[in-house]
Amino acid sequence: MPKRLTLIRGFTAMFRRDLLQYKKRPSQILNPLIFFIMISAAFPFAVNTDQTQLVQIGPGIIWIMAILSYLLTLHHLYNDDAEDGCLDYIMLSPQPLPLLVLAKICAHWISSGLPLIIISPIIGIIYQMQVDTILIMIATLFFGTFALSLVGSIGASLTISIDNSNILVSLLVLPIMMPVLIFGARTIELYQSGATTMSGMYFMSAYCMFALSFSPFASAAALRIGAD
Amino acid sequence: MWILLHKMASPKYFYSIASSLIPWLFISGLLMMTYGMINGLFYAPPDYQQGDAFRIIYVHVPAAYISMMAYSLMAIAAFIALIWRIKIAHAVIVSAAPLGAWFTFLALLTGSLWGRPMWGTWWEWGDPRLTSELLMLFLYLGYMALRASIPDVIKADKLSAILILIGAINIPVIHYSVEWWTSLHQGSTLLKSGGPSIATSMLYPLIASIIGLSLIFGSLLLIRTKAEVLNRERHSRWIKEMILKGEI
Repeated sequence: MPKRLTLIRGFTAMFRRDLLQYKKRPSQILNPLIFFIMISAAFPFAVNTDQTQLVQIGPGIIWIMAILSYLLTLHHLYNDDAEDGCLDYIMLSPQPLPLLVLAKICAHWISSGLPLIIISPIIGIIYQMQVDTILIMIATLFFGTFALSLVGSIGASLTISIDNSNILVSLLVLPIMMPVLIFGARTIELYQSGATTMSGMYFMSAYCMFALSFSPFASAAALRIGAD
Repeated sequence: MWILLHKMASPKYFYSIASSLIPWLFISGLLMMTYGMINGLFYAPPDYQQGDAFRIIYVHVPAAYISMMAYSLMAIAAFIALIWRIKIAHAVIVSAAPLGAWFTFLALLTGSLWGRPMWGTWWEWGDPRLTSELLMLFLYLGYMALRASIPDVIKADKLSAILILIGAINIPVIHYSVEWWTSLHQGSTLLKSGGPSIATSMLYPLIASIIGLSLIFGSLLLIRTKAEVLNRERHSRWIKEMILKGEI
């Protein structure tokens, strides 16, 4: 007897399939991470190696570099599937497209966002952060990368029919991501100066929920238009 | 009412109505602007704190107002275009974007020219309205970049309409998140409970220049939309007939 097609099954199938795809091409995940480390390590050479200054500019630089390297990964969210034709089959499936899009976004976050969070303490140490500050940074990056996956999914799906869309995706996504950047970097700074961090965390989690509410639908609509 | 709306949605009627509206909008806008500028720049008394430097308000506030109005207009048009699939709405969005971007740029430019004598700096990152206006310019530029890179017009229309809507629902978030920073910008002068906090001799020219520049914006928008409609409908019969009659 064939198994029933429930929403959960559709979601997990898509999710596992995407994780497998990322696992098959580790360079897609590793290259942006190496870029993240390299460019963050290049900053102190260019600016100054004064310890107090590094502590001051650290949060901002880490956040900007995380966003930049994360933007590089967005290209793979839909483009690979569009090139080999899988995307057409995904759109033909009886499952609702926003759900499958959400599964793809989650898989993308697991394979790109999580590694970035895991290696971010290295950068924190380069910038002379204390251990507790690093923990706060990890928490902000957690929300930040997930929001970036969600919003970036819209940018990636809008540019699906364009070759070499990497820069264009950044142009579309960056202004929308600015609140998260402001609050992410700001929260770490506030913590360093001894102020409370909860308001920033609340804001970023609220932003994630907000993006979660519209991103899958907007991405699905854009994918359908792009495939016409 | 509905019949009129329906007629407006057809390119041909839109074209003829726009053609007859443009001169009225432009001339009345020009008159309002002339009144506003002459009274604002020459007859309004100098501000007791800012002296004559405040007079840039007669350019700055209308430009900033139009930059926001243009984006709202684009968002409404995008909504209409996606839901009811009205072709004219897409043409309006395309024509409004560069105008809106220019007015945003103008607002930023005059704002920073104003900021120099008042705040002592051309640019102040701590000011929420300045920074959210800059982000608005980025949204406009992103829209135009997306449009420019999709060759297929129909696809570009729909995809960029989605982007406009996403940007529109994010504008309040962007605005309030930058508002969190401490503000240097003077509070809003016009929209305030308890009436505007400005002398009437300064206020009337300001209102006149806002309305005047909006009317001029409207006429420019219609001119651009007419050109866009002509380009999009260039294979249709009514354009051929108009050309044969010598109306274009």
